[in-house]
Amino acid sequence: MSDSLDSVIAHIAEKFSATISEFAGEKTLLIAPEKVLDLAKYLKTAIGFEFLSALTAVDYWPAESPRFHLFYRFTSISRQFTLNVRIPISGIKPVVSSIEPFYYNAGWHEREVFDMFGIKFDGNKDLRRILMPHDWEGYPLRKDYPLGYEEPQFTFNYDEIAVRKPFAKSRPEE
Amino acid sequence: MGLEQKLGEMGVVTAKLEDLVNWSRSSAMWPMLFGLACCAIEMMAAQAANYDMSRFGMELMRPSPRQSDLMIVAGRVSRKMAPVVRRLYDQMPDPKWVIAMGDCASCGGVFNNYAVVQGVDEIVPVDVYVAGCPPRPEALIHGVITLHEKVKREKMKDWA
Amino acid sequence: MSQIENVSLDEIKHLVSNRAIEGETMLLNMGPQHPSTHGVLRLLLELDGETIVNAIPDIGFLHTGIEKNMEAKTFQKAEVMTDRMDYLNTVGNNFSYCLAVEKLVGLDVPERAQYLRVILAELQRLASHMVWLGTSALDLAAMSNYMYTFREREIILGILEMVSGQRMMTTYIRPGGVWRDVPAEFEGAVRDLLKILPKRIDEYETLLTKNPLFIDRTAGIGKVSPEDAMSWGLSGASLRGSGVNYDLRKFAPYSSYDHFEFDVPLQTDGDVRARYLVRMAEMRQSIRIIYQALDKLPSGPIRSNNHKFVPPLRSEIGTSMEALIHHFKLWTEGFTAPKGSVYVGVESPRGELGCFLESDGGTKPYRVHFRTPSFDNLQVLPVLAKGSLVADVVAIIGSVDIVLGDIDR
Repeated sequence: MSDSLDSVIAHIAEKFSATISEFAGEKTLLIAPEKVLDLAKYLKTAIGFEFLSALTAVDYWPAESPRFHLFYRFTSISRQFTLNVRIPISGIKPVVSSIEPFYYNAGWHEREVFDMFGIKFDGNKDLRRILMPHDWEGYPLRKDYPLGYEEPQFTFNYDEIAVRKPFAKSRPEE
Repeated sequence: MGLEQKLGEMGVVTAKLEDLVNWSRSSAMWPMLFGLACCAIEMMAAQAANYDMSRFGMELMRPSPRQSDLMIVAGRVSRKMAPVVRRLYDQMPDPKWVIAMGDCASCGGVFNNYAVVQGVDEIVPVDVYVAGCPPRPEALIHGVITLHEKVKREKMKDWA
Repeated sequence: MSQIENVSLDEIKHLVSNRAIEGETMLLNMGPQHPSTHGVLRLLLELDGETIVNAIPDIGFLHTGIEKNMEAKTFQKAEVMTDRMDYLNTVGNNFSYCLAVEKLVGLDVPERAQYLRVILAELQRLASHMVWLGTSALDLAAMSNYMYTFREREIILGILEMVSGQRMMTTYIRPGGVWRDVPAEFEGAVRDLLKILPKRIDEYETLLTKNPLFIDRTAGIGKVSPEDAMSWGLSGASLRGSGVNYDLRKFAPYSSYDHFEFDVPLQTDGDVRARYLVRMAEMRQSIRIIYQALDKLPSGPIRSNNHKFVPPLRSEIGTSMEALIHHFKLWTEGFTAPKGSVYVGVESPRGELGCFLESDGGTKPYRVHFRTPSFDNLQVLPVLAKGSLVADVVAIIGSVDIVLGDIDR
């Protein structure tokens, strides 16, 4: 196998029938969701990407298929390579297999994506909410989830806000 | 010295009980060692060498809520943390006071969103609000001194 | 208000060993309010006597919704959110975000601004390591270091205040450059600091490095092999303590880090002591970088003059109509970025701090994600802590140098 990053990317794209896109000088591979586990195994064992830098998701609501993109960033410390991978996921029953068996730190990253986007990861050992309380409803980073903005307290809406602050001691002088 | 002259030969000092109690409460106020976010770093700086809160007798941080009577809410309180803060407050013995340190604890600060409690006065009664993001250590010390003055003005009939 | 997490044993059955369910081992709750967890970390420890069978971290007590909140602000205004993420490395957070914005829209940064960024980022690294040293030594009952390190940290915060007006949340680095030029007394102040620092670092080291008590508490504790460290995504001093040479300042030099000579300190033991030694050596390297950057500091503009993205200087607004229009447009509606996504990593005091930034062609970030080093570094805690004593957990948490704001965001 050749040593340049471009040839490695071309090789992976061919093997996993991925499409390559380029933006701001970096190439990104778009790979079908069912191939992610094989890809992780191949990257880790055959090519030498030892390090999973990042794993996150993007929500393209109201688009339904694909609604989400998963973004993976792999780093090869020994060969000085970085690789971006994107995986489209449908909005209806979003499930993808976990890459935790090869990249252990994917465990918490996948929990975070599950917590924030509601994407399930098959094979993750401990898929619980990680940042939000365990009884929280909804997935906060989805685009159809409201930000939860609270109006600043002025005189005209003083009482409305004050209801939420039962322990605030003093009221302004009339 | 001054005190001995005041005592005279009788060895008796007359004062209002209210003043004595308030004086003792404000002079030995033990804050709880409890940091949340950025403000906790400034709280640590306030205790460390340069600012040295112990000049004012307010440095003895107790890690246990059972031994403390001042809670400094230093940082943003998330929805997940809110019940914990309330439980810590409930565990403190009376009389107890709360300082909301920083904008996030006072009113939510820059984080007006789903995750952050918009002011810690939604869950515990606050005595002094310290502004700043984060407040300088001097501001925190000023906040504690303000609280001391507030305690010294407390009336016995309000104690219930 | 939701109730306190009453997680039943059924829900965490798969995390603890069978002996816990039979009642043979004890489950102990540590935190979220605990003096040694460096914030609001909650640990569920499964104990066999004093020995740790399992450690289960529970995070999220400081989840602030920063990523969601940034989606509702323009590219420039979202930056103030990043300061409050990792509150010991505020300059570094701005740094990663600004590099991401610059890569997204294709902005060039003048060399003077790049050097100033390096100086401030290294000063911040020193300050962050000082807090780490003070607090982690405090957890091992070495009180004096805390007083000493915070003394020097105040000088650094004074310099940050001098250039930006704020001690901690500087927001000094802006997309396309820095906020304003440094004042005339900046260089003298930094040089004065650098003059005393090597002696002060020696002073910290005399208290700890060869102290037999400190060696007993740290050597051989919390070991991790290089292969495991990489698979667990450890970065920063925690990874370099295991002998893996991965420093983004060398791996993918950003902001003219390749103009400076410095070494990447490595240790091979992979234990608490190795991580301590790496950080102490890193502080000396930071001093080296700052000296070089100060010596070579070029004169010239401190911001890109591409006014489609970067606001013009205050002085220009009074004289140039065009500058006034640019200023007005940038601060009312902001600039639009091309559709696409970028990922930029910088070396924060704790490891790889990455910023993933996606734009849909509008004036606001469509999605921002921060790959924060503490998040991955904490994840390895169950592996590090397994088999050690309860008192060692405190040493291990201190050694991986977590910041809860960095983890929960």
